[in-house]
Amino acid sequence: MKEFKKVEIKNLTKIFISGKNKVKAVDNLNLVIEPGEFVCLLGPSGCGKTTMLRMLAGFEVPTTGNIFIGNKDVANLTPDKRDTAMVFQNYALFPHMNVFDNIAYGLKVQKRPKAEINERVEKILKLMKMDDFATRVPSQMSGGQQQRVSLARALIMNSGVLLFDEPLSNLDAKLRLHMRDEIRKLQKEVGITSIYVTHDQAEAMSLSDKVVIMKDGKIMQVGSPIEIYQRPNSEFVAKFIGRANILKAKLIAGDGNSATINIFGHEYPSKEDLNGKSKEIEIVVRPETIKFDKKTHEGTVLKSVFMGENHEYEIEVNGQVIEAVLSNPHGKDIKSVGERIGFTFDHEALHIIDND
Amino acid sequence: MNDIRLKIDQELKHIKKITNDPTLLITVLFSIFVVSFFVLVPLSNVLKESFTSQGDMNLNNYKAALTRSGNVAVIFNTIKLGLVTATLALIIGFFFAYTTSYMTIKGKRLFDFIAMLPIISPPFVVALSAILLFGRQGLITRGLLGIRDYEIYGFHGLVLVQVLSFFPIAYLMLVGLLQKIDPSVEEASRDLGASRLKVFTSVTFPLVVPGIGNAFLLVFIQSIADFANPVVIGGNFTTIAVKIYQEGIGNFQLGIATALAMILLSLSISMFVIQRFYINKKSYITVTGKISRKRELISDRIVTVPVTVLLVTMTLFVIGMYILIPVNSFVKLWGINYTPTLDHYKYIFKFGMDPVLQTTILSVIATFITGFFSMIIAFLIVRKRFIGRTFIEFTTVMAMAIPGTIIGLGYVISYNKTYYIPFTNITLIPPLTGTALIIIVAFIIRSLPVGVRSGMSSLQQIDPSIEEAASILGASSQKIFFSVTLPMIKEAFFSGLIYSFARSMTLVSTIIFLISAKWKLLTPAVMENIDTGRIGIASAYCTMLIIIVSIVMIFMKIVTSKLGIQNENSGDVQ
Repeated sequence: MKEFKKVEIKNLTKIFISGKNKVKAVDNLNLVIEPGEFVCLLGPSGCGKTTMLRMLAGFEVPTTGNIFIGNKDVANLTPDKRDTAMVFQNYALFPHMNVFDNIAYGLKVQKRPKAEINERVEKILKLMKMDDFATRVPSQMSGGQQQRVSLARALIMNSGVLLFDEPLSNLDAKLRLHMRDEIRKLQKEVGITSIYVTHDQAEAMSLSDKVVIMKDGKIMQVGSPIEIYQRPNSEFVAKFIGRANILKAKLIAGDGNSATINIFGHEYPSKEDLNGKSKEIEIVVRPETIKFDKKTHEGTVLKSVFMGENHEYEIEVNGQVIEAVLSNPHGKDIKSVGERIGFTFDHEALHIIDND
Repeated sequence: MNDIRLKIDQELKHIKKITNDPTLLITVLFSIFVVSFFVLVPLSNVLKESFTSQGDMNLNNYKAALTRSGNVAVIFNTIKLGLVTATLALIIGFFFAYTTSYMTIKGKRLFDFIAMLPIISPPFVVALSAILLFGRQGLITRGLLGIRDYEIYGFHGLVLVQVLSFFPIAYLMLVGLLQKIDPSVEEASRDLGASRLKVFTSVTFPLVVPGIGNAFLLVFIQSIADFANPVVIGGNFTTIAVKIYQEGIGNFQLGIATALAMILLSLSISMFVIQRFYINKKSYITVTGKISRKRELISDRIVTVPVTVLLVTMTLFVIGMYILIPVNSFVKLWGINYTPTLDHYKYIFKFGMDPVLQTTILSVIATFITGFFSMIIAFLIVRKRFIGRTFIEFTTVMAMAIPGTIIGLGYVISYNKTYYIPFTNITLIPPLTGTALIIIVAFIIRSLPVGVRSGMSSLQQIDPSIEEAASILGASSQKIFFSVTLPMIKEAFFSGLIYSFARSMTLVSTIIFLISAKWKLLTPAVMENIDTGRIGIASAYCTMLIIIVSIVMIFMKIVTSKLGIQNENSGDVQ
């Protein structure tokens, strides 16, 4: 069994210069990825996630900084000399070769014996349930099938690290869900260290052990999907992952273990680790955590939209607009625009953004 | 870090990356060497020589070129010829292009065929043919009309011949452009109430104005660089290209020849720069634009019938001019004795097979080298980042605009001596004058730019991630090139092979300077025979040349279509 590798990125910076334009695509970035971990680089377009992946692959040379794969500094090695494999956004299959030859390409480059190549390609075709496709050429296959071949072509290399560059973004929605599950299952089976670039938060949440949120070439937050969602460290992260209300509130008192906070004149206990007394703070409230069974607060409905599985409101309270989601609206008391509505916050779901 | 240091740092990183790949490094260095040594060195020697007179650096040669009345007339002749030829060729080319794109007209394949003729035949075929038709013993002038004192030699004859040779260039360019216009733009104009004429003047024509400018300049460059036609039919009307040869080889006045060469070069290059960097930027039609629907063609017979008649007549006339040469090769003495004969061929098979065989062999060698080398250079330019990349791209593209006579003259004055590797006694290039090697090099350099350009445009349509995939799977640059890149651009590769073979076989201007007692080539042999009045033998040589080029071309087409079937299976490149 192949040993999967740790990836360590140290002070990595990439500056693109063309003519008079100077773009800092990746800005002094540090990150450690443990062997066997599945890490997603997530961020809006232009945040540097793809540049970072291309530096890991060796398609871009870093301006400064180091990349360690295993314990080897690879920053200045060409792609063919690194222990990485990659799945591309547009599949990047060789159009003049059939499925078998596409998958066998890397092994042929390594000049493996013919028998071994045949055996390994057949094994991986079986694993991907593509045994019948060996002699097809890329143009005879659907996008999903092509991406499976691309995945097989990368997996067969048994490399230390597997890189994914938005591999599902060209597929339709249904297929994307299916492939997402398949990738996750395969990665678990094989156990390979994986780095996955995407701008789709649902993909990142469902696939990763660890999510890296990036913006303007910098890392905003690193954490498990649950951490990132429930305990975002900034307004940007809170709003980028899912929907979030950012509310102004007041910290009455906090001792590091528990705290009392005041929202819209009502006091809530909180388990957030906060210190200080009577200070202005910002809290994150996810729309689905707002409850309608108690009328602690009251506001005016600005928007009321039935979505089937839930009902969405926008409520104005004290000059602030709050988004709220009522799940399973069946048979419940629905308010329309202009009516007054009562609600309460779930004190366990309140998260304070620490700006210090 | 400031910007300049960052930039230097970035370049150093690219160098480091390339030095990690020795094959790539050697290829890059070799390409830079070839381009410098066989394009720039001859040019700089021409430049140096043009400023040298009686062993000193001075402007005497230019003074002579610009003040001696004979030379001034030659310069004006050239410009006048270029302007008139380009205008007429453009009008005819546009007429062909517009009518075939906008009307239901039969025989479109015939028009594409005449566009092929100038490629497969030597450049003086039309001139020779014009002499047979309108010359002193001309079939039309003397034979049919009984005119005895008509003179085809001179400006008007030259214009006729050049227009017939070059209008297909304008036609091909404009037809490509017109077909790229999305019909929905014109439909929108009709929908807003414009008549067909209004659509043409307010939408179609403005859209192709940059293309028309392009075509004009390209024909102009071709016309002023043309050597073969002015030599054969120019008579007393001399152009710069011809004068360069007369002064350089005939009178061995290298000073005047090089000064004239620099004047011609600056004309060509400035036109080329305008064409490439000014007009090309103004193009409205995107290259990638996909056309959703077919255009609704004008099929009103009142329009299409006369137009078709006109087009077909002109086309048949052009084809006729090309057919006349093989016909003449089987005739005893044109204008006097029309008895069929094989004498001219018998003569060639007995005494004159050397030029035929030598030209073919050297062309085949040059073709294979050019084929691979142009794809390699295209690959380097499009896919790799290294110092000198812009240099290679700029020089190969510019080489397209350099008139062949200037390259020829440059080779004559550059390769009669040994070049050493700087600071050593190791020979870099031995004297090449009179060798087969210099002819092969000339063939390569003359067809390289077109090959590189077609390779580049195919590569630019292929997603680089396919090659990146090969790279990350462990393939070296060399392996990627041969196993992935070349198979994907094989169409450009094979059409490049066809083009460079035809180009080498028919090349006149450059190699007229380079032939020797040992290496006689076909086109100079034809010119020599025309010069001495042996039109029959010249025609027989031309016919053999056309047959050889056609056979090779058909053979290559069969090979590519065999591969093309495979290609259909393997699907389109995304």
